[in-house]
Amino acid sequence: MTGAARQLSGRFVRHIRRDPDVVRVIGVDTRSPAYPLGGAEFVRADIRQPSIVAVLAEYAVDTVVHLDVHGTPATAGGGRAAVKELNVLGTLQLLGACQKVPGLRSVVVKSSTQIYGTAVREPAVADEAAPPKAPAGGGFAQDVAEIEGYLRGFARRCPDVRVTVLRFAHVLGPAADSRLAAYFKLPVLPTVLGYDPRLQFVHEDDVLDVLSRAVRDGRAGLGAGTFNVAGEGVLMLSQAARRIGRPTLPVVKALAPVLGSALGALGLGGASAEQIRSLVHGRVVRTERLREAMGGPLRYTTPETFADFAAVHGPGLLPPDVVTRAVDRIEEVLRRG
Amino acid sequence: MADAKVIPFGESGRRGRAAAGAPPVPPGAAGSEDRRSAGSGAAGLDEALARGLAFVRRRLSGDYEVDDFGYDEHLADAVLGTVLRPLFEKYFRVEVRGMENVPDTGGALIVSNHSGTLPWDGVMLQVAIRDQHPADRNLRLLAADLVFQLPFFNWLARKGGHTLACVEDAEELLGRGELVGVMPEGFKGLGKPFAERYKLQRFGRGGFVATALRTGVPIVPCSIVGAEEIHPMIGNARVLARVLGLPYFPVTPTFPWLGPLGTIPLPTKWTIQFGEPIETADQPPEAAEDPMLVFQLTDQVRETIQHTLYKLLMARRSVFF
Repeated sequence: MTGAARQLSGRFVRHIRRDPDVVRVIGVDTRSPAYPLGGAEFVRADIRQPSIVAVLAEYAVDTVVHLDVHGTPATAGGGRAAVKELNVLGTLQLLGACQKVPGLRSVVVKSSTQIYGTAVREPAVADEAAPPKAPAGGGFAQDVAEIEGYLRGFARRCPDVRVTVLRFAHVLGPAADSRLAAYFKLPVLPTVLGYDPRLQFVHEDDVLDVLSRAVRDGRAGLGAGTFNVAGEGVLMLSQAARRIGRPTLPVVKALAPVLGSALGALGLGGASAEQIRSLVHGRVVRTERLREAMGGPLRYTTPETFADFAAVHGPGLLPPDVVTRAVDRIEEVLRRG
Repeated sequence: MADAKVIPFGESGRRGRAAAGAPPVPPGAAGSEDRRSAGSGAAGLDEALARGLAFVRRRLSGDYEVDDFGYDEHLADAVLGTVLRPLFEKYFRVEVRGMENVPDTGGALIVSNHSGTLPWDGVMLQVAIRDQHPADRNLRLLAADLVFQLPFFNWLARKGGHTLACVEDAEELLGRGELVGVMPEGFKGLGKPFAERYKLQRFGRGGFVATALRTGVPIVPCSIVGAEEIHPMIGNARVLARVLGLPYFPVTPTFPWLGPLGTIPLPTKWTIQFGEPIETADQPPEAAEDPMLVFQLTDQVRETIQHTLYKLLMARRSVFF
């Protein structure tokens, strides 16, 4: 498993260790894990280096779970270029190494629904079957598109290996460290004036469930293919902001990147220019395919996921119950007057 | 009834601010709402106040639901009931005929003519269905991508339940058993010169017919009379339109001469007539691949709408009454 130093990966390792069919878990990352791996072995290796082949061969790995695909840098100092290098070159090297390992049966890769981009001329509800288009504007969405491109090539070259691509919506939950989680932790949420994107979230617990289903063989597993992973339902950005009680700051679209860069310079990572750009149109995905493979919907819907996140990281400056009470007070004053 | 209509104006002003994500209205601002409805009886005012504040409370705490397309029923019904219904009943005095042709359950594709420079006809069609259909249905319109590029417009369109005119979205909505409205003339119809009023433009390539055939839903032709005259377009500033990235830049007797006042539509008298549905369920699914059949059905729908338009025009006494 790659990206073992990250919070979600650490949780997944501990989760999968409890599965009796899993004999051995090997976590790989360039840094030592910040979270306990619960009995799994850790190998310090860089997936961008060819030496990763030796790791795969030495442990006779049969399943590779590639979780080292991220929108944010692992350490505070890392910039966008480092993220892109790890995402794209890391995946390229890793897949090259996978090709050389004879006993490999399955590759599971964490992808993102951001691959669908947020273009206006796209359908409102995105489908896995839609032909992949390179999202304009670069950034994380482009990384994901390139990664999936490599995966298609890999699947063609190694037809015996089961390739499962999981396109996760924004991961939220009490401990999530996704890009959108950082955004919703800001005291005031910058939004784009005149736009209100539709958002979908997936709960971190559901991420673990889906991943552990994906690594299984046979009927208990998901099987090969691409799956959208998102909680049922939709929240609008304005609605989510109100539910978590954080005021929004609408910015004219043309000025949004400037504001994003300014906030970035101040060290507020949650509102990069790319982040704000992705909050213009929003994207909703169809999840029928996953629901069928899993035999039911995910445990948390989008609103429930957000409520769970808000319970830990909220409420902000304008808690919904305070607002409601303020309205009650207005009513009282009006009635008396 | 009159009381009920008074509140919501105050409510809708508030809604705009709330939806833009602004902090809650300070207590002083609520006084205006009080004053506005001061003329009505005490009991009516009381009830109105309670309802208005219940609405504001739900909006500000995010306690409402939206569907996958962003349709916000709570907000849409409030705007419809407060701002649009008076326009529908008092301003355009819309007369609706043939509502029995719109099915009570399941998907259906409502195909209508398009006119009026600004798409008031789509909005009024939505009000007609929402207000007058016995089964409490809602119309989901398919709109041009320009609508979703523009700030505020995209926001209104999504919350109103409308989506981009593309095959995927149309099939998805019809598959969910929704009423989908389409105006196949598009900008050609909306921005046609006044001299060509009530002459239907080309109906695209018949994509809407293929979609109906694939999903097996009936096609309901719909003719709207009255929208053509709300902004008589006597000229088109093409250069300006190109600079602004718009499909046309209308010149009417009042616009752009009177500035924002020129965007007020003329109070014409409207009629919306729903025609008999054209069933597609008996056609095999591969019929959608048959260009002859698609063209033939497209023509049939177009002719039906055009004939109904002529009939309604013959019976019309005047543009304004």
